[in-house]
Amino acid sequence: MNTVIKARGLQKSYGDLRVVDGLDLDIRKGECFGLLGPNGAGKTTTLRLLLGLIAPDSGELHLLQHAVPGDARVARLRVGVVPQFDNLDPDFTVTENLLVYGRYFGMIDAQIHARIPALLEFANLTAKREARVPTLSGGMKRRLTLARALVNDPEIIFLDEPTTGLDPQARHLIWQRLRALTAQGKTLLLTTHFMEEAERLCHRLAVMDNGKLISTGSPRELIEQNIEPQVVEVFGETSADWAQRYAAQFAHRHEISGESVFCYVNDAQPLVAHLQGQDELRYMHRPANLEDVFLKLTGREMRD
Amino acid sequence: MRTNHYALPQFSRRFMPIWRRNFMVWKKMAASSVLGHLADPVIYMLGLGYGLGGMLPAIDGIPYITFLAAGTVCYSTMNSASFEALYSGFARMHEQRTWEAILNTPITLDDVVFSEMIWAASKSLLSGLAVLAVIWVMGLTHSALSLWIIPLAFLVGLCFASLGLIMTSLAPGYDFFMYYFTLIITPMVILCGVFFPVSQLPGWLQAVSAWLPLTHAIDLARPLLTDKVPPQVLLHVVVLACYALIAFYIALVLFRRRLSK
Repeated sequence: MNTVIKARGLQKSYGDLRVVDGLDLDIRKGECFGLLGPNGAGKTTTLRLLLGLIAPDSGELHLLQHAVPGDARVARLRVGVVPQFDNLDPDFTVTENLLVYGRYFGMIDAQIHARIPALLEFANLTAKREARVPTLSGGMKRRLTLARALVNDPEIIFLDEPTTGLDPQARHLIWQRLRALTAQGKTLLLTTHFMEEAERLCHRLAVMDNGKLISTGSPRELIEQNIEPQVVEVFGETSADWAQRYAAQFAHRHEISGESVFCYVNDAQPLVAHLQGQDELRYMHRPANLEDVFLKLTGREMRD
Repeated sequence: MRTNHYALPQFSRRFMPIWRRNFMVWKKMAASSVLGHLADPVIYMLGLGYGLGGMLPAIDGIPYITFLAAGTVCYSTMNSASFEALYSGFARMHEQRTWEAILNTPITLDDVVFSEMIWAASKSLLSGLAVLAVIWVMGLTHSALSLWIIPLAFLVGLCFASLGLIMTSLAPGYDFFMYYFTLIITPMVILCGVFFPVSQLPGWLQAVSAWLPLTHAIDLARPLLTDKVPPQVLLHVVVLACYALIAFYIALVLFRRRLSK
């Protein structure tokens, strides 16, 4: 298997805070790899380390076979980045943004102009090619940022929360485009805290918290390895009382969050039969998903 | 494996695409920009030059307006570099995140900071050229030596761009720049011989003035406009170059500390 990103024992602290704490990572050519984690888990710092924008305190790192941060500049010739915050050039049109960005990679104008129509097509922005950036919608800006990241025809694309702040329509369009990129054989490394995004796009995922990878695998593997297959959510004012009396009897494991009780079970039938007799409670029975895994691994408390 | 923030700068030609980017932005608002470069210094030069100059005797044998013209070229190039390095530089670094976008490409922070310095100096050059053109048109100089004002404007630009970048690297926001203008730029304008000869100042203020870069710029510009080879050319050029190099290095270290973490 062809490894395009390889990290061993990556460590980065700010003051006393270990933001990245002994990270090992192997990302294979052509896969879409998702880095999941709550805010402050160390995802963005990890991306910055992998790109060679900051130096680790210790550890070893290779990006496309180049030692990073030492040879990061050469490695970045073949990398595209979609940053978390919009940093398009507001003074320029859509086309000018692509042109100017291509020059940063040492491309000559003729080369860039030859690529622009296909990039605009890919980003669904052909009709907007002469529009200035401030006139674009949030979704269009994101698509332009994605097109810009492709200007150098990169082998790996880093995406830091690519759909945060987008409406569902815009988000689905981005997902479709990212799938098209993996179909072309590009390697994608994305950070997200949308489980649906991770589940739909990623071949493999790693859940990150406190600077460490807690669990790695395909979405299905993560669910199988970490959590019972069935979930029954119980709602109602009396749900907490009910949980105290019955939850342990029916559920392998349960968690209380406000007026909801999450029961994790291997077989939901006995619990569902019992709940049908409880008039004051409502319930929902569903298969376990990535969000359950995420909440189990990283806890339910807020991370602000 | 910590990054060495104190490493010497690595210059390369990779700053060129950034310079071209800034030039493209500038072209879009060239009209208002040229007006800005011209209006303020020319109004000062004409107003004070004729208004005040009419009441004043010639200074060292040159009419006051010509005396003032040399100061005006220098202080307008200084202002131009300072505004570009402070306000526009801060916008590119912080508000628009332009630097962040560039740093994700094979361009490094050293290239970006270098491009800021060269770009701000380029705008100074333009500003100096604009004022010089007015001086020529008004017939205030007929000296071929006045052409040396052009490279001088670029050097003054490098010097004040680098000094300004130190402030930008430390700035939490735009308000911070008021300190720089109040505490550095304004005293420089008053103490360096823009409006009157430094020799008018008390001895201790003359001593302060001798250390300020704008003094050295004006000491070069004034003879050039009156068809004289400036005395101590090398000293003045070295002082300006040292300010530029040392300030650039300090700014670069501060930017590395701010951004490469």
